[in-house]
Amino acid sequence: MTDTTDQSPTFADKEDEAVRRAQEDRLRAVWAAPKGWRYWSAVNNTEVGIWYTALSFIFMLFAGVLALIMRAQLALPENDLVTPDFYNQAFTLHGTAMMFLFAVPIFEAVAIILLPQLLGARDLPFPRLSAFGFWCFLIGGVFVMGSIFFGQAPSSGWFMYPPLTTEEEFTPGYGPDIWLLGLSFIEIASLAAAVELIVGTLKCRPPGMRLNLMPLYAWYVLVVAGMILFAFPPLIAGDILFELERLFDWPFFDPSRGGDPVLWQHLFWIFGHPEVYIVFLPAIALVAMIVPTFAQRPILGYSWIVLAAVGTGFISFGLWVHHMYTTGLPSISLGFFSAASEAVAIPTGVQIFVFIATLLTGHVIHSVPMLFVSGALANFVIGGLTGVMVALAPFDWQAHDTYFVVAHLHYVLIGGMLFPVVAGVYYYWPLVSGRKLSDRPGRIAFWLMFAGFNLAFLPMHYSGLAGMPRRVWTYPESLGVGTANMISSVGAFVFASGILIIVWDVLRPRGKEPYAKRNPWNAGTLEWLVEMPGESWGVRSIPAVTSRYPIWEQPNFIDDVDKGRFYLPDAAEMKRETIITSVLDGKPLQCLRVPGPSFMPMIAAVFTGAMFIFATFHWWAATIVAMGLSTISIMVWLWRGTSLIPEKPEKDVGLGLKLPLYKSGPHSVGWWAMFIMMMGDATAFLGLVFGYYYFFTIHADFPPPSTVGPGVLWPSVAFGLFAVAWSTALGARLSNQAGRVGRARVLMAAGALVALAASAALLWGPYVTGLRPTAHVYPATVWVITIWTAAHGVAGSLMLGYCLARSLAGRMTPAHDIDIFNVALYWHFVGFTVIVTVGTLAYLPVLM
Amino acid sequence: MQVFGKTQDNLWTLVAAPTIWGFHFLFSYFLAAYRCAPNDDVFRNIGGTRMAISGVTAVCLLLILLIARRAWREWRADGGGYSNNQDTPEARERFLEFSTLLLAALSFAAVVFETLPVLVFWDCR
Repeated sequence: MTDTTDQSPTFADKEDEAVRRAQEDRLRAVWAAPKGWRYWSAVNNTEVGIWYTALSFIFMLFAGVLALIMRAQLALPENDLVTPDFYNQAFTLHGTAMMFLFAVPIFEAVAIILLPQLLGARDLPFPRLSAFGFWCFLIGGVFVMGSIFFGQAPSSGWFMYPPLTTEEEFTPGYGPDIWLLGLSFIEIASLAAAVELIVGTLKCRPPGMRLNLMPLYAWYVLVVAGMILFAFPPLIAGDILFELERLFDWPFFDPSRGGDPVLWQHLFWIFGHPEVYIVFLPAIALVAMIVPTFAQRPILGYSWIVLAAVGTGFISFGLWVHHMYTTGLPSISLGFFSAASEAVAIPTGVQIFVFIATLLTGHVIHSVPMLFVSGALANFVIGGLTGVMVALAPFDWQAHDTYFVVAHLHYVLIGGMLFPVVAGVYYYWPLVSGRKLSDRPGRIAFWLMFAGFNLAFLPMHYSGLAGMPRRVWTYPESLGVGTANMISSVGAFVFASGILIIVWDVLRPRGKEPYAKRNPWNAGTLEWLVEMPGESWGVRSIPAVTSRYPIWEQPNFIDDVDKGRFYLPDAAEMKRETIITSVLDGKPLQCLRVPGPSFMPMIAAVFTGAMFIFATFHWWAATIVAMGLSTISIMVWLWRGTSLIPEKPEKDVGLGLKLPLYKSGPHSVGWWAMFIMMMGDATAFLGLVFGYYYFFTIHADFPPPSTVGPGVLWPSVAFGLFAVAWSTALGARLSNQAGRVGRARVLMAAGALVALAASAALLWGPYVTGLRPTAHVYPATVWVITIWTAAHGVAGSLMLGYCLARSLAGRMTPAHDIDIFNVALYWHFVGFTVIVTVGTLAYLPVLM
Repeated sequence: MQVFGKTQDNLWTLVAAPTIWGFHFLFSYFLAAYRCAPNDDVFRNIGGTRMAISGVTAVCLLLILLIARRAWREWRADGGGYSNNQDTPEARERFLEFSTLLLAALSFAAVVFETLPVLVFWDCR
């Protein structure tokens, strides 16, 4: 790269120590975290990522303590250390927290820290969105976990099966509501993270990093974020149905009024099975970074890893019914899911072989991270093999709901997720704190964890096959599993002592211990450009990449980066900036200004959280006020912080390259974010529509002949009005682009009003025909789909009004039209939603 | 879009074969579920459904083979090398073509897996 730097017009300047120091001072000032109490307004990945990670680990430790209480209770037969009710709360929160508050968030958290570093970017494109996600996670997580201190925690298992959870007589109190509303809130944060990570991976790579040069971690992040986008929304749809039944008695899961509890199981597991891979793949991604470093060679079979990641990403969506083998579905249906459950073992196995081959052909350096990786592979393979066993329906009928399954899932999750994450903690700790964790305690912790884990979970295979069911508070001595349970309990505490050593090593004061040397493991990828201790700017200059392992393979690389010989070595205008590149080849396209510290994400999260929490306790007036405040705070955030018009159209980013500062439409990251978010939104909508067609399929007559539907008239009127609103949004975009600002403003104003009228007309249909949602599942389903679509119409109206205000305030012009471009894109999705809604609710019953 | 006289690969061409698997999977599952619901006559023969699924299987396998054939030919035309870590558009194409080929092979196997239940189950039990 030194050749190209010589051609730079500012080459001489860059070699001048004084110029360099001035650049560094400016970069440091621009990227510095705020001081004092304002520290909590930070949005940079180095702050938010670390808060996020730390909080996930705190929830993990909390859930771990619950597991220890459970193991203490189960150590002896007929024990009564805790009450059955507390035990139920403990296992429910243990599962819930480990999945929703540790396994998924830790992926987002670690990716927020690592991804910009790995891509040589200064930050991800939407740092405030990451911060919003973090605050949502904090509020929702504390709300859900805190409930156990009031004896109000959910107590019906982490999957919340109705009718146990929907009937007040079985589950009095707020437990299920806390679960549903607290977690829905966190699911929204996960979707936000998915948007951030997909756009980050595709658009924020350094110049020259083509798809074939992307670090494997980034491939995994891309696949997993895509999976979140399609897996979480069905659960959100399920949560909506569930909460409507809990709060307003809409009978979605009540068979006496046409509902079906199995629908919940479908919606839950359409999320729940991909979830396992959403948890597993990012952890294995850490292994894909660690293995080459300690084998001191590039990964063998890069394409095969991509095959594994993408293949698993797809096939994992075809497994969900293997959690439902005992619900009485026809055998042919079970067969399809059993086949997919076997097929997914192929890509999963491929990556294990790739790692082993890389290690066999390299010169392995023995280290603590490598130790945890070996433990992970060993344990995960056992879990994978028992997984192939339970994927077979006849075997599963025997093992279902026994401790065999508990053993299986813990081998998969602890072997496939926890061990790799701990390996990642040891590997990446220098990147976070500038120092390595201690070697000897690390080895002791590993052996305690490895031995304790196998001691705890291997006997559970036996307990399960001997007939011990899951989720029981205690068991009779005559079952003959007392010894196995005692061994399991001892193992659990041995395992926990290993974790404790790591916690101590992380937290202990390090005083004057020296910092680690730079690139302490001698790795080859960009994240190890970081200085010890790190600077908040991430990279001194954004490198041009020509290899998969630039530090190993590009001559003089670290020095060129450090001396600012690459892109954006300066922050001349005192703004935070990073480079946006093309998807295939990483061609530089734009210099993106990213926003700095702000309290707005925190404020928006507080109001949004308040809305969910007030709804849990049925404080409706407060809920509505919180909803209003949340909407206002998001609008203020957007108004002040997004699509800002730059002071000049383009700037010199170094190496003689000039890049535009503003891009709209499909070239802007905001458009991509809107597109991705709306894909998730459309998936949630299709989850609700799935409910309609599900009832249509299982009932001989649906809609029931005795019930009137929403009619044809008003849905048709709404359809026409929505078509007008959609065309005004599109027309406003085109007119504005063509410089006809006046016409665009009229269209935006008209569109905002017509959208409200359209939503009202849509709601008027079922209202005027007198559909009562509590009477039967049919009117309830009609209402929920109608409300969903109408709410999107109202949101679309607000967005058009926002664009009008932007235009009037001079913040949106024909050349700077990000806002209306994104809103027009939103309206395309609303159009799709309306077509499906009206077609399903009004026209289909007429045709059938 | 054409480059070097052949199709330019991108992320969509990469995921085309597994998407076909996804379609095949959902089609088979939904059709069988629809035919068997509300499941009050479990011994009823579902020959038509099995034929329909077999027909869709044939089409899906053919499409996956076409994807595999294109990826294979373009990959071979460029020498068929396994080394794709260079900083060139050719290396990127080689990488995407080879990965597409691998995914097509996996999808082919998965679609075959997905069809096996049709050979075993004749009714809605």
